[in-house]
Amino acid sequence: MSEGTVKKFMFVNRKAPHGTIYALESLEVVLITAAFDQDVSLVFADDGVYQLKKGQQTKGIETKNFSPTYRALEGYDIEKLYVEKESMEARGLSEEDLLVDVTVLSSAEMGKLMAEQDVVLSF
Amino acid sequence: MKFGIVVNEGPYQHQASDSAYLFAKAAIAKGHEVWRVFFYHDGVNNASKLTEPPQDDRHIVNRWTKLAEEHKVDLVVCVAAALRRGIKEENLAQGFRISGLGQLVEAGTKCDRLVTFGD
Amino acid sequence: MLHIINKSPLSSGTLESCLRMNAAGDILLTEDAVYAATKGNVFEGKLREAMARCKVYVLQPDLEARGLADRLIEGVTSVDHGGFVDLTISNNACQSWL
Repeated sequence: MSEGTVKKFMFVNRKAPHGTIYALESLEVVLITAAFDQDVSLVFADDGVYQLKKGQQTKGIETKNFSPTYRALEGYDIEKLYVEKESMEARGLSEEDLLVDVTVLSSAEMGKLMAEQDVVLSF
Repeated sequence: MKFGIVVNEGPYQHQASDSAYLFAKAAIAKGHEVWRVFFYHDGVNNASKLTEPPQDDRHIVNRWTKLAEEHKVDLVVCVAAALRRGIKEENLAQGFRISGLGQLVEAGTKCDRLVTFGD
Repeated sequence: MLHIINKSPLSSGTLESCLRMNAAGDILLTEDAVYAATKGNVFEGKLREAMARCKVYVLQPDLEARGLADRLIEGVTSVDHGGFVDLTISNNACQSWL
């Protein structure tokens, strides 16, 4: 499905899961983008960090628990997952609380990475 | 320049669709091409032909249709997001088409700039 | 990178997050973010700090719609929708902070 051009796509996730559908529908775009052989990075900042919290159980709210999908990303060759340190710490979380291995970046490092992208999609 | 536009919110509820439309119109007025507008999340509701705003208000859906017809803008509604929200071929406004998320990725790869409007 | 913000800094942390992560780059305030560019709002100090390192723009039609065209902070550049288009071109890419 290669389109010939490879661009740097960054998906910036700044919204918590479950309260709104953005996180789930963002994941759908991420998976498709990887299928197009693009250079994909995922960023989790602000409440978006909550998307990666271990132990999400949605049975009681009768919605789809899509959090296991983050673990499947590796299988789609999506390995660039970044979490902003300040956002994570502001929420009382650490890397051990997260479903997947991520690279933790400072705000400044995150800004630098964002500036290098060709296409930034934010959900 | 070739522009792609993403609209992530429904009409009337949020300013996103209005802002996106005004951006598209301004880009065209400057001689640029708006290659595709991709409607995602609640943005798919911009494509409902059942929309009937009060007489004295702007008709957001018809405005997109007219832009598409006059300037060959490809209006694409995400199929997964649309089906979830009851937007189907039978209530799809003129000028819009339903297709997959690949069309969004393609807009990202083929356009010089991709500009998103949402909440 | 052009950073597009559309939320009031008085009810959302979006602008603050953008300023925290981005040392440089143009910032365009649209929709409800135009409140950030008005004199006397509590975020004014932080915006002025950011203006020392970033160029800040405001979408004039959004400012006018909210009755605040006469309160614009000096140094913030107002643009119309055509100016918005130009900013997406003069920057290598753009990012809407949704």
